Amino acid sequence: MIIGKIEDGIVLDHIKAGQGMKLYNILGLDKLDCEVALIQNAHSEKLGRKDILKIDKIIDVNLDAVGYVDPGITVNIIRGGKLAKRSHLEAPEEVVGIIKCKNPRCITTIEQELPQVFQLTDRENRVYRCKYCESKAE
Amino acid sequence: MRHLIDIMDLSIEELDEMIEVAKDIIANPQEYSHKCAGKKLATLFFEPSTRTRLSFEAAMYELGGVVLGFSEANSSSAAKGESVSDTIRTVGAYADIIAMRHPKEGAPIAGIRRSTVPVINAGDGGHNHPTQTLTDLLTISREKDRLEGLTIGLCGDLKFGRTVHSLINAMSRYPNNKFILISPEELRIPEYLKYETMIKKGLEFVETDDLEGAMPELDILYMTRVQRERFFNEQDYLRLKDSYILTPDKLDNAKEDLSILHPLPRVNEISVAVDDDPRAKYFEQVRNGKYIRMALILKLLEVA
Repeated sequence: MIIGKIEDGIVLDHIKAGQGMKLYNILGLDKLDCEVALIQNAHSEKLGRKDILKIDKIIDVNLDAVGYVDPGITVNIIRGGKLAKRSHLEAPEEVVGIIKCKNPRCITTIEQELPQVFQLTDRENRVYRCKYCESKAE
Repeated sequence: MRHLIDIMDLSIEELDEMIEVAKDIIANPQEYSHKCAGKKLATLFFEPSTRTRLSFEAAMYELGGVVLGFSEANSSSAAKGESVSDTIRTVGAYADIIAMRHPKEGAPIAGIRRSTVPVINAGDGGHNHPTQTLTDLLTISREKDRLEGLTIGLCGDLKFGRTVHSLINAMSRYPNNKFILISPEELRIPEYLKYETMIKKGLEFVETDDLEGAMPELDILYMTRVQRERFFNEQDYLRLKDSYILTPDKLDNAKEDLSILHPLPRVNEISVAVDDDPRAKYFEQVRNGKYIRMALILKLLEVA
């Protein structure tokens, strides 16, 4: 399968196989008007299988969101067909407005315009909990 | 300005300081009877809880302050759809301090976002209830004269019991405490609490389903209710329910200076016959609840 090279854009590489679509949705890539490619189950020396997202435009990527999905993802900025910057991520301490609390008893289910905030409570196991009710993010 | 949302918001030094103030109030109540003169406490109870609300109100009256508020959401603007944040901000214009109970978990955190006065979490659903834990700590401190080096048995519903979770968190900050977690298999403490608090902090603990077996070791026995609705099947409930009802005969092997605590209300998990045992401290615990709330109000209002 051939997906063309990009001139100016972003490549999210080393996404754990199966996580690509989740990241696509979290980053709201469906709302972009440029070409976006999601490659699933690509061969990877490091991971065996991986997903890749290619975005044919330089956009503001929410790095917290990427780091939340998987801090092992690399973010490559491409300018003029060449790698201009590569970022390695860390799991962020806090993510805002990226995931929703699924606890039906949580105040976020009823309070008007209350931001959805999740905090990293266990870095080793990458456990995030709702700031309000402390339910674990799924 | 400080709030109290979670017992872990308070440092050990602050806990110790409040416990000492509460003990001083008990010893010298007249010295505190006008400390909050001219101050108003608003009790905002979006869900009913008679004993907690009355405890806060009694605490404020005994400090010479006054109380306003509502005791159920239907009699507040929440029934019209007002957000918690707006209610707290509005009430902050009338009162100097707020105690709130809300059925939704995390509601006080939403409430304090725009609050201009200190807010006390008087219970948010099944989540936190820090003033109950303060009550428990004062009771243990008064009975044992220390909060460390104790063997604490927690018995009953350890899975859903928020008072148990908070007490473990609070007591785990003091050295050399040992926890004996007594419950049916189905109602053991949640995995996250076990791993994220107990194992990570290296706490000494044992899980067992045998109350009588654990009894001789205990300095504190903290009872909670095993509720029928928590079981998957009726047979298990019927098989286990009596094991966790405290009766005088189960205390035969207990220490002479054991203290029996219960957050109340009790249904049937402690036999009424135990009430006359000098080791039963749960009604004393209720009284302590008022004194520690007095100490808390003084602290948050910064009244010396």
